[in-house]
Amino acid sequence: MSVFDQDTRIVDVSTLVRLYRGMVRIRRAEERILELLLQNRLSSTMCHVSIGQEAVAVGVCDVLRPEDYVTSTHRGHGHFLARGGAMSALMAELMGRETGACRGRGSSMHLVDASIGHLGSNAIVGGHIPIATGAALWSSLTGQSRVAVSFFGDGATTEGIFHEAVNFAAVRGLPVVFVIENNHYAMSLPWERATAQPSVARKAEGYGIIGVDVDGQDVLAVREAADQAVSRARRGEGPTLLGVETYRFLGHSRGDPSTYRDREEEQRWHARDPLLLEKIRLSAAGVAGDVTESLEREIEAEIVAAMEFAEAGPIASVDEVFSDIYATPLGGDQ
Amino acid sequence: MATVTLAKAVTMGLRAAMEADPKVLVMGEDVGKLGGVFRVTDGLQKDFGEDRVIDTPLAESGIIGTAIGLALRGYRPVCEIQFDGFVYPAFDQIVSQLAKMRARALGKVSLPVVVRIPVGGGIGAVEHHSESNEAYFAHTAGLRVVACSNPVDAYFMTQQAIASDDPVILYEPKRRYWEKADLDESLTLEQAAPLHSARVLRSGTDATVIAYGPMVKTAMEAATAAAEEGKELEVIDLRSLSPLDTGTLEASARKTGRVVVVHEAPGFLGMGSELAARITETCFFSLEAPVLRVTGFDTPYPPSRLEEEYLPDLDRLLDAVDRSLAY
Ligand SMILES: Cc1ncc(C[n+]2csc(CCOP(=O)(O)OP(=O)(O)O)c2C)c(N)n1
Repeated sequence: MSVFDQDTRIVDVSTLVRLYRGMVRIRRAEERILELLLQNRLSSTMCHVSIGQEAVAVGVCDVLRPEDYVTSTHRGHGHFLARGGAMSALMAELMGRETGACRGRGSSMHLVDASIGHLGSNAIVGGHIPIATGAALWSSLTGQSRVAVSFFGDGATTEGIFHEAVNFAAVRGLPVVFVIENNHYAMSLPWERATAQPSVARKAEGYGIIGVDVDGQDVLAVREAADQAVSRARRGEGPTLLGVETYRFLGHSRGDPSTYRDREEEQRWHARDPLLLEKIRLSAAGVAGDVTESLEREIEAEIVAAMEFAEAGPIASVDEVFSDIYATPLGGDQ
Repeated sequence: MATVTLAKAVTMGLRAAMEADPKVLVMGEDVGKLGGVFRVTDGLQKDFGEDRVIDTPLAESGIIGTAIGLALRGYRPVCEIQFDGFVYPAFDQIVSQLAKMRARALGKVSLPVVVRIPVGGGIGAVEHHSESNEAYFAHTAGLRVVACSNPVDAYFMTQQAIASDDPVILYEPKRRYWEKADLDESLTLEQAAPLHSARVLRSGTDATVIAYGPMVKTAMEAATAAAEEGKELEVIDLRSLSPLDTGTLEASARKTGRVVVVHEAPGFLGMGSELAARITETCFFSLEAPVLRVTGFDTPYPPSRLEEEYLPDLDRLLDAVDRSLAY
């Protein structure tokens, strides 16, 4: 039996390598971020990594154009990097430096970079979903073909705001793709205790839009489903719910030993590590080991340089706290 | 007598209430199997079952709304909100439904719902995880709002909040969850101070410091430091934010003639504003100085590297005391 659950179209070798590279870049960055967290070198004690879920960010962002938009979650380092965010801006942000993507004010859960169409990650579960609907509404009102993508977890689908955002988009046929990054747990709550309808395709029927269930460990399958959804949106054929089935390999955050998960289940998913699967595909396509080794080296160099850049940056100053709250400062003595 | 942390004291309070009344149930995100992100409900599901300790879907609005339905049918739900900043999705259900339902029903229904909220900063977290939003709820008629500051109060106030026939927002100072104190479990609820009473923690003659929740410890430290310089501060743990125990507050204001209020929440329209106005209205001729406030800034909660500057500390508090004394 093949490790690939879904048949995918043949793509060229450079695409395979690019996708693999994108996933390795996120994996290695987050491994390093975890080390920094344990060494107390991040600005916050809070940090959620997406190790095991890299194929989702990479597969989806690969089909986006520079002018498109994404909104993202508390588990958003991967979306940021895959969308084209700079490693140095990410590292500096996490270390609370002025040189970070949000000048050290946002840290792990509040990454924003308008220059790459990243409208922000969000620590309020579900808070960013309607913002993608809004960006898509703008696109539609102004006759643009720019697509908005919102990444969010399975847990976010049980917040009322999910329903509001999807329904609004569905009614107006907006160019937005809702990516449910279903890692099967919202903290300790398993998906089957969160919903009585686990199929995202079936959920979408209720909204009168297209829904697709996708193998989220296979980056090509994700890319293909995203490509179709994004193309539909670009053609003005409305939103899609993409249910991407994946797994977070580690705990929800630091200090979560995932006691609510079954070790056998974890092993089953680990056997379908998205990096591993893509590596199998690479070798089947005849890509030699030295290609993957050299990209590992390049990524390591990128991360080391990013950390040096971050550590050289000044720490965000307290005056910053008072700036940018209003377009025009209130005045008075507030 | 046992030495317990504040977090554990809440657990014990919940357990005692659940044992005493089968209508008490706990509901919220991750409260069952995980025992809550701060482990406050740890072990309760194991002992009371999945129907009394309910792991809800991730949906704050739904949690509170459902609790209202349960309460209307005679249950006493205790809802956990994971962090202060996550209560906003439930704001509508709390302010428009929970707070107003009794008045709307002309007093014919009771809403014995407790909403537990770990509150405040100081744990190196980020925006939404460190906020102090008590003023929103204290501003809303129909809600009772209380804040515990130590394990013993946490134990009793949890049970008293559950026993209340009105909705209670119970704030738990998350950075004090691990502070310990001796708890005598043989004391009964009747022996505990009433839920809506303030407490004079330290008596003094020079100035009054009013604090609640996480700031009480800071206020007590400030009083110790001030005493070394020969200044005797009276420290009041407000405990109840709505209603206010005006008697205790006014007696102290009249005695010392100088009042400083401290809280983590932003100053603008915070609890300090109400306290200053009240005390000025009722104790004007006893005051030697205006009531001063030491608060968080009127800004979003800052990144964790900067939170020490944002949070009122000993120095800022003592500085305000000195300014008050200088009048
Ligand atoms: C409104 C709100 N409620 C609760 C939380 C606390 N919280 C943070 S992440 C999380 C689970 C989210 O699950 P999911 O959406 O599936 O994303 P995942 O963490 O699995 O990536 C919870 C409950 C929050 N951040 N925001």
